Amino acid sequence: METMVERQRRRARLVLALRLAVLVFLVGGWEFGVRFGLIDPFFFGQPSGIAAKLVDWFENGTSIGPLWKQIWVTIYEAGAGFLIGAVMGILCGIALGRNQLLSDVFSIYIKVANSIPRVVLGSIFIVALGLGAASKIALAVVMVFFVVFANAFQGVREADKNLIANARIFGASDWQMTRAVVIPSALSWILASLHVSFGFALVGAIVGEFLGAAKAWAS
Amino acid sequence: MTPNGEILSALEDFDLTIAPGEFFAIVGPTGCGKSTTLGLIAGLARPQAGEVTLFDAPVDGVDRRVGFVFQQDAVFPWRSVLGNVMAGPLFRGVPKAKAESTARDWIARVGLKGFEAHYPHQLSGGMRKRVALAQTFINNPQVLLMDEPFSALDVQTRELMQEELLQLWADAKSAVLFVTHDLDEAILLADRVAVLTTRPARVKSVHTIDLPRPRNVATLRYDEKFIAIARSISDDLREEVLRARAGH
Repeated sequence: METMVERQRRRARLVLALRLAVLVFLVGGWEFGVRFGLIDPFFFGQPSGIAAKLVDWFENGTSIGPLWKQIWVTIYEAGAGFLIGAVMGILCGIALGRNQLLSDVFSIYIKVANSIPRVVLGSIFIVALGLGAASKIALAVVMVFFVVFANAFQGVREADKNLIANARIFGASDWQMTRAVVIPSALSWILASLHVSFGFALVGAIVGEFLGAAKAWAS
Repeated sequence: MTPNGEILSALEDFDLTIAPGEFFAIVGPTGCGKSTTLGLIAGLARPQAGEVTLFDAPVDGVDRRVGFVFQQDAVFPWRSVLGNVMAGPLFRGVPKAKAESTARDWIARVGLKGFEAHYPHQLSGGMRKRVALAQTFINNPQVLLMDEPFSALDVQTRELMQEELLQLWADAKSAVLFVTHDLDEAILLADRVAVLTTRPARVKSVHTIDLPRPRNVATLRYDEKFIAIARSISDDLREEVLRARAGH
């Protein structure tokens, strides 16, 4: 008889093997598609060509400096934008979620701002903030902010009414309520939004670089 | 509630006076406004018309002398048993060390010693209810409002919790307003039982439960005197339940 652990291990190995098979099939299909002339390498590249270029970049550096530096700059922009956007989003979400007047006054403006296609702001930021990291960080911030804000706000609003009533009976002040009940219940919403929004931060940083970046900014 | 400790609750023509330290139960058909009344007394909701007075003053927000045990679980899922029981004293500004020692004491009194570090999801429904009782009694309420607190528990657990509640109440000497739709529960626990009419809620009748204390919840059910009282009140209640179902 197989034990439970053995069965789980066997299943894990099966999943891994199937995943590798899918990878080999896709990449191999692409490579052979190019070799047999079914896919135009001018538009779609070729896995072996991509690998050769990466090796070249690692060994000799890119035309604008070493590869690790390029990667670091992008991660720095995305990370900084993500941090600033997430912190602002969480603070604003909780403040508006907890204060009815603030939310009545500002929610309409947030909706309007949210309807602006964010990528368009990229060009404006580049003109206003220059070709350096600041414009990419700003774009990443606006990409992240609205997602995190919407989730934090909703999380605060969805806090269990029974728990809030209970804390009020126990004598919690507004601030104690926010800290002890509202933030912990909103946390699962906020964490879920952070997963999604890190991807958006990367999009913001890379689109910003597309639009125009200073050469070898970090040096 | 008047200075000498009487609760006065008014809902339409709805007047009840409860003596200090009295266990008062309210039974009535579902949806007759029992929970609403408790929310008004607790200061969690405001009356649309009229006034609720407690300790001779109009209720304006939550009063610290009031405790409330809810029908649903209202323990904080992200806090341990100890953290949950400490919550009230900490909110009220009791120093942490003092709050913790009092909380440990109350956890032991509701029979959860050894579970201080457990989280609510690791406990059974009955144990979570014990946490809720400790959370409430630690604040030493003069008035305790209970909104069908045991209705979600299985029969055996409910019986244990009723027994437990009677002991805690005998020590705490607070006035209890206990809302339930279970007539047996009302009679087993209370000094007096009020039967409410369907909406608008009025007091249909008030019955004094002349059963000696301390009561044994498990055996009292089969006592002839208990059965006689239950029979007389249940006729009263059934009339209202039928009226509610008829859509009055």
